[in-house]
Amino acid sequence: MSDGTTNDGGHSLRWLRRMVTLPYLWLLLFFLAPFLIILKISFADPIVAQPPFTALLEWGEQGFTGLKTTFENYAFLFQDGYYGIIYLASLKMAGIGTLLCLMLGYPMAYFIVRQPPRRRQILLLAVILPFWISFLLRVYAWIGLLNNRGLINNFLISIGVIDHPLTMLYNDFAVYLGIVYSYLPFMIMPLYANLERLDLDLLDAAADLGARRWQAFVDVTVPLSVPGIIGGCLLVFIPAVGEFTIPALLGGADTLMIGRVLWDEFFINRDWPVASAVSVVLVLLLVAPILWFQRLQRREQEAAP
Amino acid sequence: MKRRSPMLMTIVAFGYALLYVPIVSVVIYSFNGSRLVTLWGGFSLRWYASLLADKDLLGAALLSLRIAIVSATFATALGAIVALALHRVNRLRGRLLLSGMITAPLVMPEIITGLSLLFLFISMADLIGWPASRGATTITIAHITFSMAYVVVVVRARLAAMDESLEEAAMDLGGRPVAVFFDITVPMLLPALVSGWLLSFTLSLDDLVISSFVSGPGATTLPMLIFAKVRLGVTPDINAITTIIIALVVIIVVAATIISGRRGPVAARPADAGGQ
Repeated sequence: MSDGTTNDGGHSLRWLRRMVTLPYLWLLLFFLAPFLIILKISFADPIVAQPPFTALLEWGEQGFTGLKTTFENYAFLFQDGYYGIIYLASLKMAGIGTLLCLMLGYPMAYFIVRQPPRRRQILLLAVILPFWISFLLRVYAWIGLLNNRGLINNFLISIGVIDHPLTMLYNDFAVYLGIVYSYLPFMIMPLYANLERLDLDLLDAAADLGARRWQAFVDVTVPLSVPGIIGGCLLVFIPAVGEFTIPALLGGADTLMIGRVLWDEFFINRDWPVASAVSVVLVLLLVAPILWFQRLQRREQEAAP
Repeated sequence: MKRRSPMLMTIVAFGYALLYVPIVSVVIYSFNGSRLVTLWGGFSLRWYASLLADKDLLGAALLSLRIAIVSATFATALGAIVALALHRVNRLRGRLLLSGMITAPLVMPEIITGLSLLFLFISMADLIGWPASRGATTITIAHITFSMAYVVVVVRARLAAMDESLEEAAMDLGGRPVAVFFDITVPMLLPALVSGWLLSFTLSLDDLVISSFVSGPGATTLPMLIFAKVRLGVTPDINAITTIIIALVVIIVVAATIISGRRGPVAARPADAGGQ
């Protein structure tokens, strides 16, 4: 960092410029470098050694002598249909989970916005509060509810709705439920922020002018809240694609999600180059939605007063 | 204005039930005397007693607390500097790279963050001999790195809403920059710093995936221990841990909300997520 003699606020910022070097170096070392290493290993050959991959750069006496890369790990990913299926399955699980989350979150955000200010605060707080409690433990809590002899089955049997317990745990249903439950606040908050800015009087005017309530909602409210819908959906979708904890605890053996496969590839198969290639492809898959989200956020910030 | 559609009310009630039923059921069953998790065997504190006797568990809890306190403190300090620099310094060298690196951890899948950091630690050990072994230190470094990103979001939101004329006035009156910073800027930022610290603390205390990758033999954090246990199904002592954690969280959040006023730390968490 240069010293700040040039401009922007004079000497007061000089020490800030110096101080920021520290977190800057920290991020270069502990965020950027690791990612470059993963990229590097994804092009390396697996070997039986510690660490179990070949060196990528070869250093001779004259210094750098060559770059040793192999595309085999990537070729393996694409030829072996297994990974293609898992990526698609993860996108599908995350996509359906996101839609379910929207179907529940939208009415909730819509309801909260229409409450008087004081009640609005309390309802919003109630949405956020669970977030401060351990994610792992909240996902765990569902095991006790969804079990064959769990609370929900016991209840349904006792009131005579069913004779035999429903299989609700260790399958895709449980994973969808876990996604909706865990990410619901991420859906509600941007929707709420968006709906709050809308002129609700406009909607009431539409209703007064003879539009039926449902029609006014579909024709006026929904189109106006599209930025909130996209924001909320991306906030749920992006982390859901790489989710590990939910499929690991609630999913069945046949629930294929990339986060879990990556974990197994690393901890069980110990194939680090393939695990790295799987990671790089996952990041590439997420680049588009992430950029979309950032663009959306920038536009929202410009639109905000 | 206030129309109440029964369908809307049903969906909203279902949504709130979804958020709270799991938590409430765990709390109730933590006082269950029966070993069978689904049968009610009368009120009992036996699971709490068994927690106190579990040395592994107490050790893991202490380790997690230690890591959370240290990493939250570093993350808050480093994150605040980044937020201030991004907000105040116009011609910051490498601003684009910095703001990219500080937002990326928010969206990076945890599993990749964990894997990549592990590779870094292995490469470093190979190259410079440090870290010789992985454990509490490497976990703390990992937690500082991702928590920083959250702190920056919270502090930047506060900076954007802050009135800077007070600092300018102090500066005009001849206050030294460092003195102005600690006497005026820091107190004004305090609510955001508290929020950022609490957020980092809870994120660290909760982290399973990244810790699992960067930990080594002998360093088992509480989430790692819990995960190993619950993978096999419901265990009553985990219900008791959950209840204790919920009680702690409620106390801390309520206290922090009271201390820092209406826009307290509770409101900060979705702000980081919602980016609003």
